[in-house]
Amino acid sequence: MYQYDEFDADFVEQRAVQFGRQVEDRLAGKITEEQFRPLRLMNGLYLQLHAYMLRINVPYGCLNSTQMRKLAHIARVFDKGYGHLTTRQNMQFNWIKLSDMPAILLELASVEMHGIQSSGNCIRNITADEYAGASADEIEDPRVYCEILRQWSSLHPEFSFLPRKFKIAVSGSDRDRAAIKAHDIGLRLHKNEAGEAGFEVFVGGGLGRTPFIGQSIRAFLPTQHVLSYCEAILRVYNQLGRRDNKYKARIKILVHEMGGEAFGEKVEKEWAEIRETALELPESETARVGGFFAPPPHEKLDDDDSDLAGHMAGDPDFATWVEQQTARHREPGYAIVNVSCSPVGKPPGDISAAQMDGFADLADAYNFGEMRVTHNQNLVLTDVRKKDLFALWQKLVTLGLATANHGLISDTICCPGLDYCALANARSIPLAEKLSERFADQNKQKDIGEVYLNMSGCINACGHHHIGNIGIVGVDKKNSELYQLMLGGSAEEDASLGKILGRGFDEDGIVDAVELVIDTYIELREAGEKFIDTYRRVGPDPFKEKVYSAPA
Amino acid sequence: MHQVVIANRLTDGIVVFLGREQEWLEGLEGCQPAQDTAQAEALLARGTEAEAEQFVVGPELIEVELREGILVPVKMREAMRSRGPSVRTDLGKQAEN
Repeated sequence: MYQYDEFDADFVEQRAVQFGRQVEDRLAGKITEEQFRPLRLMNGLYLQLHAYMLRINVPYGCLNSTQMRKLAHIARVFDKGYGHLTTRQNMQFNWIKLSDMPAILLELASVEMHGIQSSGNCIRNITADEYAGASADEIEDPRVYCEILRQWSSLHPEFSFLPRKFKIAVSGSDRDRAAIKAHDIGLRLHKNEAGEAGFEVFVGGGLGRTPFIGQSIRAFLPTQHVLSYCEAILRVYNQLGRRDNKYKARIKILVHEMGGEAFGEKVEKEWAEIRETALELPESETARVGGFFAPPPHEKLDDDDSDLAGHMAGDPDFATWVEQQTARHREPGYAIVNVSCSPVGKPPGDISAAQMDGFADLADAYNFGEMRVTHNQNLVLTDVRKKDLFALWQKLVTLGLATANHGLISDTICCPGLDYCALANARSIPLAEKLSERFADQNKQKDIGEVYLNMSGCINACGHHHIGNIGIVGVDKKNSELYQLMLGGSAEEDASLGKILGRGFDEDGIVDAVELVIDTYIELREAGEKFIDTYRRVGPDPFKEKVYSAPA
Repeated sequence: MHQVVIANRLTDGIVVFLGREQEWLEGLEGCQPAQDTAQAEALLARGTEAEAEQFVVGPELIEVELREGILVPVKMREAMRSRGPSVRTDLGKQAEN
């Protein structure tokens, strides 16, 4: 993975020291909250319901074991013993003291981490496919371009005060595991007829109160132009995006109001003027950055491992876990391992300091010291020898990280909701817990198959409810929580927005309603049909009928 | 109408309430709710002063009521702030009682 050079290290440490001084000024009463707020947000520090919350960037989800141990240390010493994995592949802590911030930032800087641009109206952490560099279906490694974009977007003088926040995601294969069409810019690596790699460029995707699926404005962008083209998009947005109304300030509103084609024309015009500048990536630079993402030293192995087959035959729980949690690696004898942080009946994405430390040890023992955070609030080990899977699984069981629900209904995306968040109108975590308990039976989940259940505690949609196959959004109705149900969303290459099915439900009612939706799917599905396929074939009516005709 | 002033303490962000002796308390016991608009305005003025003195952040009036002799916030959001996360009853003010 990428390692800081002296400039990076110096810059991050300077920023930590600078923010430390700003905190001291604030605590001494030299600056007001109004003056301090933008400074703390630039460093990822929010004030939430119970305390300050610190969001720490995990660039495109890549972490090493030293960094994970540092996060565990911060959780233990400065927080209440746990952290929370977010949909931007970051980690946040919920109980931070302002007076501890200078020390925390120096701790983070010592392991090449920080919270810069994890908040504010700037380019946020760039996200990527969590299987990058390992998956069998990859065209090119998206992390190389994520890192190049990260360097370009860090403190970019022109784009530090955008109309609103800005999110970029990069996918490296035909399978979209990074929800790129729900981003301000989505970049899809693919190859043209000549076999050259380039990007399809999507703009104007986003969720929140006005959700849109991104529109393709360029089918093929040679990779050396990725910076100049993104710069052109940001320039058009920076000039024309609305600053009069924060609810209409995201690029998605501009693209929607102008139309994708007209927006694309403006970008192309801007791009024509800057494409031949210093922003064009020399091959040497792409190769230099690419060097940081060279594959780890894999051994030459047979793809079939007899020990693995034996353990699977002898231990059905292990076999279930292997079938559910592992994905095909490009190297024979290796597997990609999805590690669920959504155990039944627990808050999705929460991870304790002991789990962080334990997982860092496993990354060292079995995965070349590295790991990934996913936008589904889980973890991934990308390069595990198949012969090590049984030992790894046994240790994950001990750590409470061996839930076998990858891609199943209990593997939810869920925002912090009203349990923590100052913006929320309703709680979301209790719903995730209840729903995962309702569908806890492994055979039942397996029979239901692939279905994505996402939930948010308000319309801001941090829980991605619009792009869950089943989405739930909480609202406040006369001081009680009311939950609306939507169906038909997808975050993948066939991205779509869910539609509200009908009137809302209370907390118990929504859990029953989801079960009725699933029952309807099971009744109507054809052989091999996933939930989303059945929904698209039959439409909402059969689901509506079942859900709303049930006795209360 | 029964109102008290809620805020976050500057140094650690912990939720505090303005008490009857004009001190900042971590719980609602010890608060003297305002009974009318004039009293509420006076309470909030004190909260705003404390913000200017850089002791608290975001002071605001919230509705409270007596339930079984105990003051509790009326709105869910403030009830959450006065207790802690409902999904982690081992954390926050609820864990300290």
